[in-house]
Amino acid sequence: MRFDTIVIGGGLSGLVSAIECARAGQKTAVVSAGQSALHFWSGSFELLGNIDGRPVIDNPLGRLGELSEDHPYRKIGEEKLRELLGKVPGIISDAGLKCTGTLDRNHMRLTPLGFLKPAWLTLGDYVSFAADQPFPWKKVALVNIYSYLDFYPRFLEYGLKKRGVECSISNVNIPQLDTLRKSTTEMRATNMSRILTDSAVDALAAEVDKAAKGADAVIMPAILGIYSDAPVERFRNRVSVPVWFVPTTPASVPGVRCQLSLRDLFIRLGGEFLPGDTVKGGYFEKNRLRRIHTVNLGEMPLEADNFIISTGSFFGHGLIADMERIYEPVFGLDLNVTGGRTEWYRKDFYASQPYMSYGVVTDSHLRPSRKGETVENLYATGALLAGFNALKEGSGAGITLATALHAASSLT
Amino acid sequence: MMTLQQQNISDNNFESCIKCTICTVYCPVTAVNPDYPGPKQAGPDGERYRLKKPLYYDEALKYCLNCKRCEVACPNDVRIGDIIQSARIKYGRHRPSLRDSILADTDTVGTMASAFAPIVNFTLRLKPVKLLMDTFLGVDDHRTFPKYSSVKFETWYNKHTAAEQEKFPKKVVYFHGCYVNYNYPKLGMDFIKVFNAIGIGVSLLDKEKCCGVAKIANRCIKDATRDAEINLKSIREAVGNGMDVLLTSSTCCFTIRDEYPHVLKLENEDVRDHVSLATRALYRLVDEGKAKLVFRKDFRKRIAYHVPCHMEKLGWSIYSTTLLKMIPGLDFVRLDPHCCGIAGTYGFKKEYYNYSQAIGEPLFRQILDSNLDSVATDCETCKWQIEMSTGLPVENPISIIADALDVEATRKANNVED
Repeated sequence: MRFDTIVIGGGLSGLVSAIECARAGQKTAVVSAGQSALHFWSGSFELLGNIDGRPVIDNPLGRLGELSEDHPYRKIGEEKLRELLGKVPGIISDAGLKCTGTLDRNHMRLTPLGFLKPAWLTLGDYVSFAADQPFPWKKVALVNIYSYLDFYPRFLEYGLKKRGVECSISNVNIPQLDTLRKSTTEMRATNMSRILTDSAVDALAAEVDKAAKGADAVIMPAILGIYSDAPVERFRNRVSVPVWFVPTTPASVPGVRCQLSLRDLFIRLGGEFLPGDTVKGGYFEKNRLRRIHTVNLGEMPLEADNFIISTGSFFGHGLIADMERIYEPVFGLDLNVTGGRTEWYRKDFYASQPYMSYGVVTDSHLRPSRKGETVENLYATGALLAGFNALKEGSGAGITLATALHAASSLT
Repeated sequence: MMTLQQQNISDNNFESCIKCTICTVYCPVTAVNPDYPGPKQAGPDGERYRLKKPLYYDEALKYCLNCKRCEVACPNDVRIGDIIQSARIKYGRHRPSLRDSILADTDTVGTMASAFAPIVNFTLRLKPVKLLMDTFLGVDDHRTFPKYSSVKFETWYNKHTAAEQEKFPKKVVYFHGCYVNYNYPKLGMDFIKVFNAIGIGVSLLDKEKCCGVAKIANRCIKDATRDAEINLKSIREAVGNGMDVLLTSSTCCFTIRDEYPHVLKLENEDVRDHVSLATRALYRLVDEGKAKLVFRKDFRKRIAYHVPCHMEKLGWSIYSTTLLKMIPGLDFVRLDPHCCGIAGTYGFKKEYYNYSQAIGEPLFRQILDSNLDSVATDCETCKWQIEMSTGLPVENPISIIADALDVEATRKANNVED
């Protein structure tokens, strides 16, 4: 089967580049081996939140000079980054999600443990506010669902009290959720969100409204709107004070929503999404990737003019570490790994860990190499890339999106 | 040298589970039935306990549809559905009931029902009979039974076309399955019509038994293994003679390719690549320029394709949909990936009927809202469920291709001589 572009990996990076290719009229396919790290999503995209342990607020894209030379942002450059990342709110909106934020200035988001972190874009219903402003509410009602264990109001209270916010904590219940408690392991955000539609939303809103008496705002776990905004809007309209959400332990409701919304947008644009399939390898000819083979399609290959690989880092199995070596399992692409196992990590757990910056090395067009030779029609994007520590920098989503759009712009 | 990690890999790699719960997000049963513990708990989590003490086996695992959507969603390649099915077989304490044995034994029941088809079809639609079956057997009285054919496909084949098929220099073997044999020979005839039109003859296996999916689901494992061994022997013979074995049922195909080794523990690696779905094989012939399909100019239909769960697991729906989109007069509609809820014999059972319908509800709604002439799908039980629940006709893509095909022009394009 022939395509113009085939994307390997169906997470945030893979879907966004595939969407851009399909939108440009290309016959595009995504091969996705299981669901992605988006299912752990917080509801915010970070661009560049920290340099050397200090938060970045103003003009994050003006600070690229402070990053290492092989950093993906520096390969793309400030001007191009502005152009590419400027497209993101539109793509998110086309997928049916609403978010706030600008490239010029990070805002603050509230983490589930009560910390504030710089972020670039945050979903409209999730707690965020301008960095130079105080926390927007004086009295907050932290409302949890009775016996739901993946939300920690005490941590939030601790964090908010330090900022002079008065908090009340309460648990509410509605009979519709009782069924989930039959099995103690099933009292989860995503399971609740599948029940919380229509009249169940109204019942929950009535209980939350009672618990919110006297507060300026309600903060709740993200348990609404797994398939659409409708339950969220219905809920907010029925509670007399503003309601805001904080992400929960995975699987994340906004994460599932984002994954499915982007996938659906890609399919609406005419793309072919192949779920649950793994690319086993490819056939190369004169430094060009001609075709790939997958587990499910067996002896029938997928051919394309161009390929994008967005298989993630260790967590997404884009990189594999065994006792002896670290490798990229699909094509054996060149990595920036140096030394043996003992050099991959530092004993201080909180130190900047070398393995976090491991990944595929590329040229300025994001084309990786095999045995030192650049593959001319293959582009690598997202967490698979070398040269950054997403955790320390607060840059994972920005790099994922920027590199996806950069690869797509080379092809369209 | 084997590393420590390599030595620790179990049959269904359950220890690769990182407890992310993503499987549960995509489980159609968890969405409607709070008594089901969910695939993570029923699969890898429960397995840790069951390995310690079989006592920890939870009878609620019977609610699993075996749709494998958990496996398609799993980021770590854990065979969650296989873990659950294997646990049901290994630890299930109740013997299969009379009802379960009847539903599972498609060959015996089909042979008897075909012999008395008009009476059986009439009787199975009578309200008092349905109520009796509901009360005494536990077969839900809302369920519509597929009609039985008075002439079995095999009988028709041997009598009317076997000799003619011998004339083709190239041949494939058709594994028709119970549904085509006992209920709907027309699909088998459509398969022959399409393949003959591109110059390929159709043989049958020396001996074909039920693929075993219903017996596995109802834990009649000895019988399923016996049937599977007979099928594998016949398949090996056909493959040895240089022929591929093609099916029109995605579930039978999935069972022979994947459930035989994973659940019944029967080795099939030597023939697995030669067992394929009709639409996949047909697409390949067209794609490689070895066959041409010419369609009627007056074919006009708006048709939606439904991806059966086992087709999603096989990953092959792209072949069926690509073929359907080749038909010029076909207005193609893509349905969201949703389980229809029937899961073979599951939806016939009184205790599951309501769950079955609740699972399929979003799919039925989308079908009814799409202003369709018909629905296409590669699974016969999805067909029964969607026909019963929406009133729309449902056909296998092979039947739709057979209907839209200009047979004479296709024969000519493929240089098929009379």
